[in-house]
Amino acid sequence: MAVQPLQERSTAIPGAFSGTALRADFPAFETPTRSGKRLVFLDAAASAPKPRSVIDAMADAYAHHYANVHRGIYELSEDATNRFEGARRKVAAFIGAPSEREIVFVRNATEAINLVRYSWGRANIGEGDRVITTQLEHHSNIVPWQQLCAEAGATLEYVGITDDGRLEMDDLRIKLQPSAGRKPRLLAVALVSNALGTINPIAEIARLAHEAGALLLVDAAQAAPHMPVDVAQLDCDFLAISGHKMLGPSGIGALWARRELLEAMPPFLTGGSMIIRVTLEGAEWNEVPHKFEAGTPAIVEAIGMGAAIDYLNALGMDRVREHERFLFERAWDALSEIPGVRLLGPADPEIHAGVISMLLEGVHPHDVATIFDHEGVAVRAGHHCAQPVMLRYDIPATTRASFYVYNDLDDVQALTDAVRSVQQVFGV
Amino acid sequence: MDNLYRDFILEHYRSPHNKGVLDPADLQFADSNPTCGDEMSMTLRLDAAKERIDDVAFDGRGCAISQASASILTDELRGMTLDQVKAMDPKEVLDALEVPIGPARLKCALLSYKVLEGAVLGAEVAWPEEAEAVG
Repeated sequence: MAVQPLQERSTAIPGAFSGTALRADFPAFETPTRSGKRLVFLDAAASAPKPRSVIDAMADAYAHHYANVHRGIYELSEDATNRFEGARRKVAAFIGAPSEREIVFVRNATEAINLVRYSWGRANIGEGDRVITTQLEHHSNIVPWQQLCAEAGATLEYVGITDDGRLEMDDLRIKLQPSAGRKPRLLAVALVSNALGTINPIAEIARLAHEAGALLLVDAAQAAPHMPVDVAQLDCDFLAISGHKMLGPSGIGALWARRELLEAMPPFLTGGSMIIRVTLEGAEWNEVPHKFEAGTPAIVEAIGMGAAIDYLNALGMDRVREHERFLFERAWDALSEIPGVRLLGPADPEIHAGVISMLLEGVHPHDVATIFDHEGVAVRAGHHCAQPVMLRYDIPATTRASFYVYNDLDDVQALTDAVRSVQQVFGV
Repeated sequence: MDNLYRDFILEHYRSPHNKGVLDPADLQFADSNPTCGDEMSMTLRLDAAKERIDDVAFDGRGCAISQASASILTDELRGMTLDQVKAMDPKEVLDALEVPIGPARLKCALLSYKVLEGAVLGAEVAWPEEAEAVG
């Protein structure tokens, strides 16, 4: 089947930014791949490349503004503290948090969820209690709850997923009903599935969870980099994000929680910084969020995450979402036309983020990714830390392409060309 | 790539030798590649003295590299003694593929070796050092 080149089928990307032009902001694209081709990076869902502004902000912080925070009675420490706390304000504003005191810096979304598991979970989940998550989750939103429930003698239940990768909302309603006289205590769900790209209807899920008497934890690691996220609009109780997926450095992320929850929760890690007073008999905890930030924090990483937020805000998160939606639609349509390609997740672009998980008939995803790599196209092949999703569809793995701000229609073309190369090599 | 996916590899992938399950078998073992979750099992029949391999089969699903590697490796096993198998160098398995295997795919190429060693030793063995190379 002859397929028209993508460029001829569509006009320029709507909205005012061009992925092609933005690539100049990312040093990662300066180096050609082993095969001598330009890098077509389609793995932001695993971790995103960094714009020069983030790298420069971090180098500048280390070079000219570095000292420990919250301690020094000297200019350099005050400067570092202001920059560190300024980053916290940027994170708060980025996700619509009413106060920066509701932002706890952690290493990543996984640590944010573990903080809730150890702190809130141990204080609130006991024998016979019920926790609900879904089969669509990343392992980081499953394993902590398995561990908590095993430790507490509580029950963990999973909301199922449909053939096209959406949450089974009827199943969710059933799971939220009291069982053996017990209401669920917590529902933990992702805003966007990292494995399939599904955007879950969190506002509706929040209403159902709260009506049922459960708190709602939202894993926004895959959402916050790619679309506007507002905790007031989502009406959740906890929200977890990672800096490295949103153009920021690794080693930094944030937990947002409602102030009254944070106030009531016991500390997670203990030691320096998180105390007001220590005697030989015990200690008094510092105020939130410092109560949860034991030891010297990732100061420069937080500043880098703030710089990444500045970069995204300059583009506008609405436009980032529009840009990725445009690329998603073009890629989905083009891939759908290739025989032997099976696409996973919902076809409706309204509820599908810029992540495409696919299977090529007769070729293992690892072989797909290796051949893509030789074409300069970087994708992820594997279970995407979401093995329960693979179990649901009885597949070992998928090949996943994920878009971000620096991608363009040439990248979509490179993706479809690479699929054809694989089919040619394997003769399928 | 044209190197990695030569006809030699692809033919073994499309029409693997020794694919299936021997029942009964004297030795059997299953293992998986944690990177991709691919699983492979191997069943072996020994001679009367229980010293030499009479027959062998492997089963499971996986990528072209792991399937071709198992197909090529199992072709070599008939007539070998268990001691020879235990002394086998994983480099031989990589060499037998006749194509360069990048660091990201070493576990794919050595899964069959790991399953085979598990079968003759009767317990899971660690990944050979070769599989841990990162560059």
